[in-house]
Amino acid sequence: MKADCLAARLALVLVLACPVQALAQGFAGMGSDAQGFAVPQPDPQFAFPQDHGPHPDYRIEWWYLTANLSGPDGTPYGLQWTLFRSALAPGEGPGWDSPQIWFAHAAITTPQAHHSAERFARGGIGQSGVTAAPFEAWIDDWRMAGETLEDVTLTATGDVFSYDMRLQAEGPLVFHGDGGYSVKSAAGQASYYYSQPFFRISGQLTLPEGVVPVTGTAWLDREWSSQPLAEDQTGWDWFSLSFDDGDKLMGFQLRQTDGTVFSSGTWIGPDGATRALQDGEVIASPLETTRVAGRDVPTRWRLEVPGYGVDVEVGAINPDAWMHTSVPYWEGPVVVSGSHAGRGYLEMTGYE
Amino acid sequence: MIAAAGQALWSHWRRNPLQLFTLVAGLALATALWSGVQALNAQARSSYDAAAALLGEGRFDQLVPRSGDTIAQDRFVSLRRAGWLVGPVIEGSLDAGGERVRIVGIDPLTAPGGAGPITQAGDAPLQSFLSERLIFAHPDIAEALARSVTARVVADPGLAPDTAVTDIGVAQSLLNRPQELSRLMLAESQPRGRPPLDEIAPDLVLRPSQQSSDIGQLTGSFHLNLTAFGLLSFAVGIFIVHGAIGLAFEQRRGMVRTLRSLGLPLRHLVGLMAAELAVIALIAGAVGVVLGYLLAAALLPDVAATLEGLYGAQVSGALNLEPSWWLSGLGIALLGTGLAASGAFWRIARMPALANSDARAWSMAAGRRHALLAMAGLGLFGMAVGLVWLGSGLIAGFAGVACLLFGAALVFPLILERALKTAECRARSVRWEWFWADTRQQVPGLSLALMALLLAMAANIGVSTMVSSFRLTFTGFLDQRLTAGLYVATDDADQAEALLSFVDGRAEGVLPLLSAESRLAGQKAEILGVRVGPAYRDNWTFIAQDGAVWDRVATGEAVIINEQMARRADLWPGDRLPLAPGREVLIAGVVSDYGNPIGQAVIGEGLFGELFPETRATRFGLRTQTPDALRDALIDAGIVEEGQITDQSALKAFSMGVFERTFTVTAALNVLTLAVAGFAILMSLLTLAGMRIPQLAPAWALGLTRRELGRLELWRAVILAALTLIVAVPLGLALAWMLLAVINVEAFGWRLPMFLFPLDYAVLGALALCAAMAAAAWPALRLARTPPSQLLKVFAHEG
Repeated sequence: MKADCLAARLALVLVLACPVQALAQGFAGMGSDAQGFAVPQPDPQFAFPQDHGPHPDYRIEWWYLTANLSGPDGTPYGLQWTLFRSALAPGEGPGWDSPQIWFAHAAITTPQAHHSAERFARGGIGQSGVTAAPFEAWIDDWRMAGETLEDVTLTATGDVFSYDMRLQAEGPLVFHGDGGYSVKSAAGQASYYYSQPFFRISGQLTLPEGVVPVTGTAWLDREWSSQPLAEDQTGWDWFSLSFDDGDKLMGFQLRQTDGTVFSSGTWIGPDGATRALQDGEVIASPLETTRVAGRDVPTRWRLEVPGYGVDVEVGAINPDAWMHTSVPYWEGPVVVSGSHAGRGYLEMTGYE
Repeated sequence: MIAAAGQALWSHWRRNPLQLFTLVAGLALATALWSGVQALNAQARSSYDAAAALLGEGRFDQLVPRSGDTIAQDRFVSLRRAGWLVGPVIEGSLDAGGERVRIVGIDPLTAPGGAGPITQAGDAPLQSFLSERLIFAHPDIAEALARSVTARVVADPGLAPDTAVTDIGVAQSLLNRPQELSRLMLAESQPRGRPPLDEIAPDLVLRPSQQSSDIGQLTGSFHLNLTAFGLLSFAVGIFIVHGAIGLAFEQRRGMVRTLRSLGLPLRHLVGLMAAELAVIALIAGAVGVVLGYLLAAALLPDVAATLEGLYGAQVSGALNLEPSWWLSGLGIALLGTGLAASGAFWRIARMPALANSDARAWSMAAGRRHALLAMAGLGLFGMAVGLVWLGSGLIAGFAGVACLLFGAALVFPLILERALKTAECRARSVRWEWFWADTRQQVPGLSLALMALLLAMAANIGVSTMVSSFRLTFTGFLDQRLTAGLYVATDDADQAEALLSFVDGRAEGVLPLLSAESRLAGQKAEILGVRVGPAYRDNWTFIAQDGAVWDRVATGEAVIINEQMARRADLWPGDRLPLAPGREVLIAGVVSDYGNPIGQAVIGEGLFGELFPETRATRFGLRTQTPDALRDALIDAGIVEEGQITDQSALKAFSMGVFERTFTVTAALNVLTLAVAGFAILMSLLTLAGMRIPQLAPAWALGLTRRELGRLELWRAVILAALTLIVAVPLGLALAWMLLAVINVEAFGWRLPMFLFPLDYAVLGALALCAAMAAAAWPALRLARTPPSQLLKVFAHEG
C-alpha cells in the first residue's frame, strides 16, 4: 500500500481526480465507482498465481520491490524496482486503444549517491505488462521474471547505473489489514495489499565507479485499488523494517491537514505470522530533517510500537535519496537502532 | 502652475496642428514599418520553432527505414525492450475536404522531451489526448479537419502550418496504416549497455539530428535583411520626428522663457515637456502598431512563399501576435521619440531663463554645424571601409551598410550648401542670386527631410541594382544548368529501365540525375552524380578551376563544388574534400549555384555508384531538339505519365517565380521607404512655408509677384530633389556593391556580378522630381494665394 500517495498523485495527473474522488467515495462499497472501476471489498479471496498478475478493472496497482544490500566491504546499499499500472478507464483494449498506462521507477542508493530512473509505456502494445504464470513484469528492458514469483531475476538500467539481481523467497506471502483488505483512512478507503518480505537477494550493481557484487534481503509489495486518498490527507511516511532477531514491521502514517495522522501497520513474525496494527499502535515522530530538493524532509525518526516494546531510531543511510521522477518523492534505505537493531526502507511523500 | 504650464505647452500644438500631424504621422509610419517587419520575423520564427519542437527533427536523432517509408510497430517494441529509448512517430497526409493536412501521430509517453502541444499544455490534456482521441490542429486547417473526422479537433496556433498532431493510435487509423510507424525519435540520454543498433535493427538507419539551427541559419539571412529594412525605414521616420520636435521646441523658446520667468522650475518644465512627448509617442506608437499589423498581414503571403520556395521552411499564413509584440512597438516609438528629442531637451535645459527668445526657426549658424556633421560622416565612411575590409559575418556587413548610408546622410548638408553657394556665385541676375541665397538659407530646415530622401533613393537604387543584377545572373545560370529539353522522374528502377530503352535512339543524350544527401566539410550538402558529356562541358562555367575539370571528374579523381560550400568551408581548387570515410577527392572547380541554400558536390557517375551503391537514378534529363514530340511519344507509348515529365521552360518559369517572389517584399518595403521620405519633404515644406513670410515679404515688396514667388518655390523643390538625386546615385551604387559583394556572400554564400541599369535610375529620378514637385505644389499654391495684407503685416511688425 505504500505508494498509495504516490499513485494518488499520479492519478491526479492523469485523471483529474478531484471531483472524481468524491464520487468514488460516495460509491465505495457498491463494488464499483462512478467511472466503472472496481472497488476493493472486505474479506478477499486471493487466487495465486493469477493475482500476481494485473487487475485492469482497478484504477491503480503496483509491484514494488525494495532491497537492503551489502557490498564485499560491508558498505550498505539500497535498491528499488517499481512497476506501476494506472488505468484511464477500467478494462483492456487492443493495441493503442488500451486504457492502461504503465510506468516504473528504479533506483540505487549508496551512502554517497542516489541514482534514479523512470520509464513510461502504454498498455496493449507489448512494451510493458505483467503475466502471472510464468511470472514476468516488464517495461522496456526492465524486468522481473521467473517461473514463479518465488524465484525471479531482476534487471533495470538508467543512464549511469544498472543492476542484475536474483531473488528467492524464503518465507510465505504476508497479507496486510484484514486478510489482505487494508483500510487506508477513517473514511473507509481500502486496497488489496499483500507482501513477500522474505526475499533473499544477490547480484551485481553497476555504478559509475564500477561493478559491485552485493547480497541482502528484499521486500515486495503488491497492492491494487481504485480509491485515491481522502481529500484531507497530505502525505505519507511508510516504513518497512527487518529486525536482526527475525521480526519484521510494516508501518505507515498518513498525515492529515488538521495535523493528526492515521496510522496502521503489520507485525510479522519470523515464520510469517501476522498481526494487524490499528490506528495509533504505530507512532512515528521526526527527529531531524534534511534539506533535500528544496524542501525539509525528516530523515531521522523515532518509531514506537508500544505493544511490541519497540522504541527505535530510524536513520537514512543517505539523507539525499530523492527520486527525481515525474512525481518526486523520498525513498531510501535506513538503519534501525535502539530497542531493536536492523535495517529497512523508508518512503515519504507530500513534503512540499 | 503646472496645470497652467501644461495648458500653455499644449496650446502650441493647437495652434500648429500640421506640426502635430507631422510628428504623429512620422512616428506612426516609423513604428509601423519597424513593427510590421518584426511581426513577419516573429511569425516565421514561431513557425520554425513549432515545426522543430513538434517533430523533434532538430533536437533528436531519428531512426528511419533503410528502404521504404514504413517501420513495423513491433520494431518499436523490440527496440524498447532491448533498452533503446525511442519514441514512435507516424506521419502522413490526409485530404480533409480539399485541404491537405499533415497528420503526425506520436506517443506522448515515450516521445523524447515530451513532444508537441500535449506536454506544453499542462497535465489535464494528457488524459483527453489519450482517451478522448483529441486532435490538435493548426488553426489554418482545424475547421476543414473537424468536418472530415469524427474525433474532436482543437485549434492550436503553436503547431506548424497545415499540421495536426494526435495520438499515434488515432493517427494510424486516420491514415489507415495500422501497426505502422514512419520513424523513431531517439532520446538524447540513453541507458547504458544497449546492444548496438546494427545488430538489433539492421533495417533501420540512424539519421543524426539536423542541427536545430539549420532552418534558422538558412533563413536567418533573409530575416536579417527584413530587419535591416525595418531599421532603415524606422531611421527615416525618426528623421521626420526629429525635425518636427526640433522645430516645435525652437518655436516654443519664447514660451519656455516666459514660463520660467513666471517661476516654473526647469525640472518641472522639462518633465512636462517629456510627459507631453511621451503621450504623443504612445498615441502615435499605437497607431503605428496597428498599421504595422496591416502591413505585415499584407506582406505575409509573399514572405511565406519566399521562405518556402527558397528554403523549404513553412510559415503559417495567419498572423498571430503576442502581447510582447505590441509592447515592443510602443517601446520603439517611445525610444525613437526620446532619441529624436534628446537634442532639443538638451538645448532647453541649458537655455538661461532670461535668454533672448530669438524665434529664428532654424539657426543660421548652420555652416559650422554642417562642417561638424560632415566630419562625423567621414568618420562613418571610414568605419564602413574598415568593416568591409576587416569585418566578417552578416552583422558586420549590415553595420558597414549602415555606416555608409548614415555617413552619406551626414555629409550631405555640406555638399548641398557648397553646391548652392557655387550656384549663387554664378548667378547672372539679382533675382537668381536671391533665389540661390534663399534656397541656401532653407537648407538647414530642409536638410533632415532631404537626408531622408537621400537615404530612401539610395536604398532604392542599391536594392534595384542588386535585384536586377541577380535576375540577369540567375537567368543565365538557369540556362547553364537546365540544358536538357525534358526532365523525367520515374517511380522505380523498372520504369527507369523502360524509359532508357525507349529513348535510346530517340533522344540525343540521356543525363541520369543522381543525388544523395550528405554532410560535407561539416555542412549539410547534396552530392550529385553526373554523366560527363557535352551537356556539362559546353554549358557550365566556373568561378575558379585548375584545368581539365570535366576529364578529372569523369575519372572520379576530382569533384566540383558549389560556391556556397567553397566560401563557407574555404575550400578551393587544389584542396581536398573528404566525401566518405577514407575517401578524399581533389577539388577541380567551383561553380555558382544561385538559390540553393546548401552545399553541393558534383562527382562523376562512376564515383557516385561506388559511394552510394544502392542509389539508382530515377530522374533523367533528356537532350532533344524536339521536346514536344518526344514528350508525346513517351506518354503515348505508356512509358511515363504526363505528371512525371517537366519541360525545361516550365522548370525555368518555376525557378524564376520563386526568385520574383523573393524580392516582392523587398520591393514593397523599398517603395514604402520612398513614400515616407516624400512625406517628410512635404511636411518640412509646409512647416517652413508658414514661417517664411517675413523672408519673402521683402522680395514681394521689391516687385516679385506672388505667382512668381510660388513658381520659384516649385523650382526650389525640384532643384533640391535633383541635387539629392545626384548624390543618391553614386551612394546607391556603392550600396548595391556592398549588397552584392558583401551582404550576399555572407547571407547566401554567393557573390553576384554587378550590372548597371541607367534607365531604371532615370525613372527613379523622374519619379523623385515629380514627388518633390508634388510635395512643393501645395505650399507653393498657398504662397501664391497669400493675401497681400499678410505680406504687408511683416513690415508693420517691424515698425
